[in-house]
Amino acid sequence: MPERRVKFTFEGEQVKEPVIYRLGKDFPVITNIRRAQVEGNSGWVVLELEGDLDSINAGLAWVRDQGVEVTPVDGEVLAGD
Amino acid sequence: MPHVQGLRCKECGRDYPADPIYVCEYCFGPLEVAYDYDSIQKSISREKIKEGPLTLWRYDDLLPVDRENAVDIGAGMTPLVRAKNLGKELGLNNLWIKNDAANPTHSFKDRVVSVATTKALEFEFETIACASTGNLAGATAAHGNKAQMDTVVFLPHNLEKGKIIGAAIFGNVVLVRGSYDDVNRLCSELGDNRRWAFVNINMRPYYSEGSKSLGYEIAEQLGWQAPKHVVVPVASGSLFTKVWKGLNEFGKLGIIDNVDTRMHIAQPDGCSPVARAVIDGQSHPRPVIADTIAKSLAIGTPADGIYSVSITKESDGSATAVPEDEIGAGMRLLAETEGIFAETAGGVVISTLKRLAEQGVIGPDEETVALITGSGLKTLEAVEDKIDPPVIDATVESFDEVVMGTVSS
Repeated sequence: MPERRVKFTFEGEQVKEPVIYRLGKDFPVITNIRRAQVEGNSGWVVLELEGDLDSINAGLAWVRDQGVEVTPVDGEVLAGD
Repeated sequence: MPHVQGLRCKECGRDYPADPIYVCEYCFGPLEVAYDYDSIQKSISREKIKEGPLTLWRYDDLLPVDRENAVDIGAGMTPLVRAKNLGKELGLNNLWIKNDAANPTHSFKDRVVSVATTKALEFEFETIACASTGNLAGATAAHGNKAQMDTVVFLPHNLEKGKIIGAAIFGNVVLVRGSYDDVNRLCSELGDNRRWAFVNINMRPYYSEGSKSLGYEIAEQLGWQAPKHVVVPVASGSLFTKVWKGLNEFGKLGIIDNVDTRMHIAQPDGCSPVARAVIDGQSHPRPVIADTIAKSLAIGTPADGIYSVSITKESDGSATAVPEDEIGAGMRLLAETEGIFAETAGGVVISTLKRLAEQGVIGPDEETVALITGSGLKTLEAVEDKIDPPVIDATVESFDEVVMGTVSS
């Protein structure tokens, strides 16, 4: 089953939303948190997602719609410098 | 490479062998080269460094590859220039410019790619590759040729002609029809399915170590001491963290005395996630969509952003987000005072320096080094609208009238 390594960055009110719980509940995607740091009004979570690619992409689109920044853990390949 | 112990996760500290890998399998943290400093201590000395080549390879005790096999086109040992004129302009009496535009392909990327290519050969890769819209493209294409490796540099097909030619002259460029994201996706897929050395992916732990040499050189060129301030342009944050690491390694090994350097981040306002995090008191940068004329600093999701923020705290440093319309002025000021034509990132650095001097963050007599990481010839479009030289007829009268502002009698 395909896996994606991603980082979610939360800010402000988003910290209070159970985004990862809903991602796993509303989409057929297994979420596995590997590392995280959550402060009072901001935070980030590095996690692995497992599922078919369409479900992962749909789930990530939903996460973005919640205002959460989604970036690949491996970084961007194309360097501007 | 007798001094390398392996790779170590920067987050959880797990150890890995020195393989072409870059992410911790447990916590997905970045991997970094771990050295045996006791062994280095017995080998390294100022005298030994001074006897070495006039390239970054004089610091081979602290690099993760064997100098014997170095892919060397002369990267490193770039000029550290005493900037008296610029200093006078800014009220700084002890200012130096580290001019890394003087590298073989005109940017600091030659340092990192020299190390990455050497490591790729050590791993017996036959192909070296990267995807870049800027300095990395030329550096990789040139070093790949020197190493006689199959070399592939991916560029978006609609990039400015000057940038394509600047890399394609080396003969290894492939233009990809598609967006920025398409190029990223293609290269990720190629990286997954072929045994290629991608300089900024699977070679990244080794590649980034090349930037430490900027820290070593600054210390050596200042007479074996660390400066009080260093101003660094920040994109991913890798260079910033490695300059700091380089200075501190020298300190730990007794090559220089204690390091009391304050590290200052310079970012353009149109892409300043790291600077914003420092200014807002956050420990981690929030990703942004880059919109800046300083293309070489346009990384909205800086991989080493967290570590850069942490270093500003540790070193009592600072961060500045330079307004976009001040970048060209910074380039002009450096060119007019010191005769150095820097790329846009250099304009960001000089404008940051100006602000730090005005704010009193840098004292008038404190030793300060500003890093210029690339040549202005690569970013002509950023200043072309601001350059307006006088045009005259081929007569003395016209010269006197237009240039001298007088009419000859």
